[in-house]
Amino acid sequence: MTINPSGWRPEHALAANDGPADGGTFTGNRALMLEEKLIFEIGDTESCGVDFDDVPEVASRLGGLERAAPMGIPGLSEPETVRHYTRLSRQNYAIDLGLFPLGSCTMKHNPRLNERMARLPGFADVHPLQPAETVQGAYELIHVLGEWLIKLTGMNSVAMSPKAGAHGELCGLLAIRSALEARGDARKVVLVPESAHGTNPATAAFCGYSVETIPATKAGRVDRAALEARLGPDVAAVMITNPNTCGLFEREMVEICEAVHAVGALVYCDGANFNAIVGRVRPGDLGIDAMHINLHKTFSTPHGGGGPGAGPVVFSEALSPFAPLPFVEKTGETYSLVEEETADEDHSKSFGRMAAFHGQMGMFTRAASYMMSHGADGLRQVAEDAVLNANYVLRQLEDVLDAPFGDSGPCMHEALFSDDGLANGLSTMDIAKGLIDEGFHPMTMYFPLVVHGAMLIEPTETESKASLDQFIGALRSVASRASAGDLTLKSAPFYAPRRRLDETGAARKPILTWRDPA
Amino acid sequence: MRYLPLSDGDRASMLASIGAPSIDALFADVPEAARLAGAIEDLPLHASELSVERQLKAMASKNLVAGESPFFIGCGAYRHHIPASVDHIIQRGEFLTSYTPYQPEIAQGTLQVLFEFQSQVARLYGCDVANASMYDGSTACWEAIGMARRITKRSKAILSAGLHPHYVSLCNTMAKFTGDTLVTSLPSLTDGAPGNDMAALLSAIDSQTSCVVVQNPNILGHVADLSELADACHAKGALLVAVVTEPVALGAIKSPGEMGADIVVGEGQSIGVGLNFGGPYVGLFACSEKYVRQMPGRLCGETVDAAGQRGYVLTLSTREQHIRREKATSNICTNAGLCALAFTIHMSLLGEAGLRKLASINHARAVLAAERLAAVPGVELVNGAFFNEFTLRLSQEARPVIRTLAKQGILGGVALGRLYPGVDALANGLVVAVTETTSEDDVEQLAGALEEALA
Repeated sequence: MTINPSGWRPEHALAANDGPADGGTFTGNRALMLEEKLIFEIGDTESCGVDFDDVPEVASRLGGLERAAPMGIPGLSEPETVRHYTRLSRQNYAIDLGLFPLGSCTMKHNPRLNERMARLPGFADVHPLQPAETVQGAYELIHVLGEWLIKLTGMNSVAMSPKAGAHGELCGLLAIRSALEARGDARKVVLVPESAHGTNPATAAFCGYSVETIPATKAGRVDRAALEARLGPDVAAVMITNPNTCGLFEREMVEICEAVHAVGALVYCDGANFNAIVGRVRPGDLGIDAMHINLHKTFSTPHGGGGPGAGPVVFSEALSPFAPLPFVEKTGETYSLVEEETADEDHSKSFGRMAAFHGQMGMFTRAASYMMSHGADGLRQVAEDAVLNANYVLRQLEDVLDAPFGDSGPCMHEALFSDDGLANGLSTMDIAKGLIDEGFHPMTMYFPLVVHGAMLIEPTETESKASLDQFIGALRSVASRASAGDLTLKSAPFYAPRRRLDETGAARKPILTWRDPA
Repeated sequence: MRYLPLSDGDRASMLASIGAPSIDALFADVPEAARLAGAIEDLPLHASELSVERQLKAMASKNLVAGESPFFIGCGAYRHHIPASVDHIIQRGEFLTSYTPYQPEIAQGTLQVLFEFQSQVARLYGCDVANASMYDGSTACWEAIGMARRITKRSKAILSAGLHPHYVSLCNTMAKFTGDTLVTSLPSLTDGAPGNDMAALLSAIDSQTSCVVVQNPNILGHVADLSELADACHAKGALLVAVVTEPVALGAIKSPGEMGADIVVGEGQSIGVGLNFGGPYVGLFACSEKYVRQMPGRLCGETVDAAGQRGYVLTLSTREQHIRREKATSNICTNAGLCALAFTIHMSLLGEAGLRKLASINHARAVLAAERLAAVPGVELVNGAFFNEFTLRLSQEARPVIRTLAKQGILGGVALGRLYPGVDALANGLVVAVTETTSEDDVEQLAGALEEALA
């Protein structure tokens, strides 16, 4: 008995044109690359993949508001549903498949222990409005995580309720504005460096501030002279990202904080890049007043294709009284939730509630599991390896790609390149799409805005040297093609589930939902 | 350390290739005074998987688990059965460990899911279009008020007394800073229609009103027809914003879109997500097509690729912070992608037929439970119309009763004293939620315990 009765063996490599004559297949599939229609095209409104227990008939008490008209929401049986979404999943790139070097996004390995811990019924199957006596362990977890964040940042207190980084920025700015108004100081301007994340100016505007931009120096750092020249009694706060989005540590952060405080303003630090310094630098020691921490970046909770995240905010002593409600408090061995009614005099300055409940518990559990796994020693190693990996990438590529701040000292956790030196007609976009064909997710493109055609690469500490070397080899190859004017890059990617997509057309005539064929 | 692949040998050879004498040299830009010499003291050191599991399980075991007790808590988060396949699929690494789909050629999985999600939400809400999710229902509610301000160029929003008090609290927080005027009021336990303030809303709308925000079913479980309110809003150039905290209800009752709402927002947690002690949840956001360019958040749209094949991309991003910065419609960036995926899978398993069946079971169980509980001496049912949540008026203050029940392992609902502290007229109110997960035995246990506590 043999599993290969014909005895066939590969004797020669196939030529490229040995495939089907028309280059296609009956199904449109290409072996494991499987096309999949929309649920609206394969399901119908009668099919259902859930069985229910019977209940007795009762007279409706819906007040005559029964939904009579068809909804048009299709269903499928369970096997069809599982197959549909499994097939779709295979059209995604993911950290589990390879290096994901999106700068400022910290796409590191997501440990599966965290997933298991977040699903413990004692955390996952408890309601936010349960009586305090029945959720002491859940409050304890929030408290323990908060303590970790306070100690790692060297700050005074932490607000756990913000739901993502931008929500954390909002939390920080609302506390700043409350503190200023409490002393009768209605300042109207927030200063933001030009290299800042778009969320910074958007957040400042969202809570009623006007935004002014501070330029960067040629070396890629905040222009301290320009900043100090603009500081004055109308400035409420300065929002600074440190390490900044050029991948550099703001050397003059202490002096900047002092200058800001000297005019009565406050410093908000965007903590998106905390992964570079966790365990090696406590931002509190630099003099900041508030900082959000993206648990979905530094502390490895999964990005999930765009969230959910969590953005706890740490505060200096000056801002702590203004922190939002609700929050967990420990008295002796008992935990309680401080809400509107229980906010006694100590907390009467709180700016109020910023979400229905008390935060992203599922993310807290995962982050706590990650922190406890690494410990204080492991987290320090995280920052060191993240910075080492980024510097390795920077130095291995700076002969084929322009590194505008390559002489500004070591980079932190991300390496920044520009499109200077690419052949005419070729762009950062083409390099990114070329990398897709090499089996990598591209780097962050066209951000920060201070560098033309920016390419921001953040490898993270969870990449091995072998993985980095393969990525470097691939990027060197694509960059060399771009410098040499290889115009085939303009048509990349060739091997992805889709070729380049028409984004302009999508925005001109938006099709945002499925419409049944007429 | 198990999450760090570099060996000491790798580190040494990489430092040599960089030309740095030591790791410390890479941190040379940090001011000396801020450099930590070693691991931060007063925090534990690294731990094995087994050890972390033991520590976290010890914390988890201190909590009373909803699924292991007679459970009747709702008020903005509901316990429903989630099919096993939902949790299986969302743990696939291709979904779990991917990013916001900035590179659409290798993110068609996430993008197609978002397109399906937007289409499902729009149909559930009876609206033209929906976005790719918000953080949760409460933050979506505030975003809707901001959107109504931009559309109408007016800044007075009227919030119904039946809107979840935490949502009201959040809106009050934000309005302090944005300068919006909010008109708010407290609900009352009016027999037959608790929390219903339709007459007051109708008379409050004026030419300064940007929107009326009304929750349906409301915080006390009452279900109302919004049609007249929608007409009244439109007559004054205002928008109707409807909030839905229990999406399963829309398998049974008319959608806000059908009743004329312009913007419909809400919590999607009931479908696919689970209780999670308050988060992460998934905010749903839908509106009429004509307002789409004022929407907050990500939008996924259909397009074609260079070879003419259908595909999906994030679109209309000129509304968003990464392009428009301080002129963006919102500061939101990361939203609730994976929870939106869970919602989409669960909704696809249900389909319209399943959603209707699920809703009818919720309603039937709630009706039976309401009748049984109203038969307990000292308990009155306040609601006339309701879906799966209703308000009881007890013969005494509800908060101590709830604590007494909790000691017996029964999570008997939400005492209105918790949501409206200090409001005497509501202190005896108890909001009870009943879903397909609530058994007849659970109801009997609650009835028995209430009878004892109120005796």
